Amino acid sequence: MSTVNEKIAGQIQQIATQLLESKEVALFLGYTQGTVPGAMQPFVARDVEDAKRLSWSSFCVVNLANYLPGLLRSLEPPRRPNEPPPEGPLPKVGVVATGCWSRNMVVQIQENQIDRERVVIVGVPSRGMVDRRKLQESVGQREITSIQEDDNSLLIRGNGFEKVINRWDVIRDNCQTCVHPDPVIYDRLVGSLSGDRNIPDRFRQVEEIEALSVEERWNWFQEEISSCIRCYACRNVCPLCYCPTCFVDDSRPQWVGKSKEQVDTALFHIVRAYHCAGRCTDCGSCESVCPMGIKMRLFTRKLQKDCLELFDFEPGLDPDIPLPLTTYSTSDPEDFILTQIRKGDEK
Amino acid sequence: MEKAMGENWEPKIIAFLCNWCSYAGADLAGVSRYQYPPSIRIVRVPCSGRVSPNLILDALRSGADGVLVSGCHPGDCHYISGNLYARRRFALLERFLEFIGIEPGRVNFSWVSASEGEQFAEVVQEVTERVRKLGPAKKLVKEITICPR
Repeated sequence: MSTVNEKIAGQIQQIATQLLESKEVALFLGYTQGTVPGAMQPFVARDVEDAKRLSWSSFCVVNLANYLPGLLRSLEPPRRPNEPPPEGPLPKVGVVATGCWSRNMVVQIQENQIDRERVVIVGVPSRGMVDRRKLQESVGQREITSIQEDDNSLLIRGNGFEKVINRWDVIRDNCQTCVHPDPVIYDRLVGSLSGDRNIPDRFRQVEEIEALSVEERWNWFQEEISSCIRCYACRNVCPLCYCPTCFVDDSRPQWVGKSKEQVDTALFHIVRAYHCAGRCTDCGSCESVCPMGIKMRLFTRKLQKDCLELFDFEPGLDPDIPLPLTTYSTSDPEDFILTQIRKGDEK
Repeated sequence: MEKAMGENWEPKIIAFLCNWCSYAGADLAGVSRYQYPPSIRIVRVPCSGRVSPNLILDALRSGADGVLVSGCHPGDCHYISGNLYARRRFALLERFLEFIGIEPGRVNFSWVSASEGEQFAEVVQEVTERVRKLGPAKKLVKEITICPR
């Protein structure tokens, strides 16, 4: 009897083999086993032999959409920056996509980063991915030497211990509060769609912070980012970050200082989060790759909540609905504008 | 430093005013001799849509106690819709800054047309009062300390 993930892995391999063999795609982007237990590695299969290495587990935390624009560009013939792309069909890329990854691809399509015609999306309804930190905590920070995955439990082995834990207990926060686990766009489907989930308190983490006083919120923010080492892993892993020159690398004007000073770090996190406003699909990659365990997902989550409240918009669900900051409505809320507040008072 | 909140402390407020409405409104306030506090430093921008959060944050980082962004009334934008895009951007920014613990009132937004000199003076009055109540900004200010030799 094989587990759900083994079945998914088998089907991904099968589809990838077929796509690569028929030359429908030039590359297939998926996951392979990493070198340490509980770490999966993004992997590009170039031929049928490679496709055998494709795998799937509950540890695929990095959003594959991040690699798509680069991979597609790598298949185009070299050209100068403003030169138009060559005529005729360009090679395609196959890619595995869970719910949030596919929503990121929708955003990338809207922002002209990828061409829908050039990607073959293999949709995988997500069952949630494991949070490495929660996992480590559950075994008291001891070293894990092997992880055996079952459908709803994980068997963890280490030096001198063995423990079975409930899978859902160590699932990432963003997956636990995810309402759209199914891929939005796909060409092939692995497994069956599970439908939208109903989570009434999905913004609970954000609401808890909103309930604090201004000073408490500031202290929370400072505390949260105080350990930041400005490695920019969160930026590098983010499928939304593709500016040719990132604002942190700009030196004229220099928006953010390059030091590890608290103000610089605060500005980095404010602007990074703000850049994702109305685009972030809460895939949780940033938080998963942070070496310091900063919960920066909460910042983007807050913006996601506001976008929903103010503009009734959730990113990535429909390529035909423009992103909130690229459009406007004459009836947008303006209760924060001073002159409007005064008008209200006079009435 | 002079930042110490003394009797004579006056807030420094950076005002980003759009060229077509609020800047002209400020001009009218001056020509019409409306009194308003000398706390604002005006930066003229082509449109409120030009004001990116980077500019607002940079003002705070450089030691501004408050920021005012003012543009044309919705529907009156010289570029048709610049202020409408800006409105969405500011709505999110305002809420986000509050979320991470920047006091409400540090960053302010208003619509002032070219014919509203009096209103402009009132807005500046109000913003200055708000910022004065909050005291000098410390949270996002990048202090440059010179190492003693």
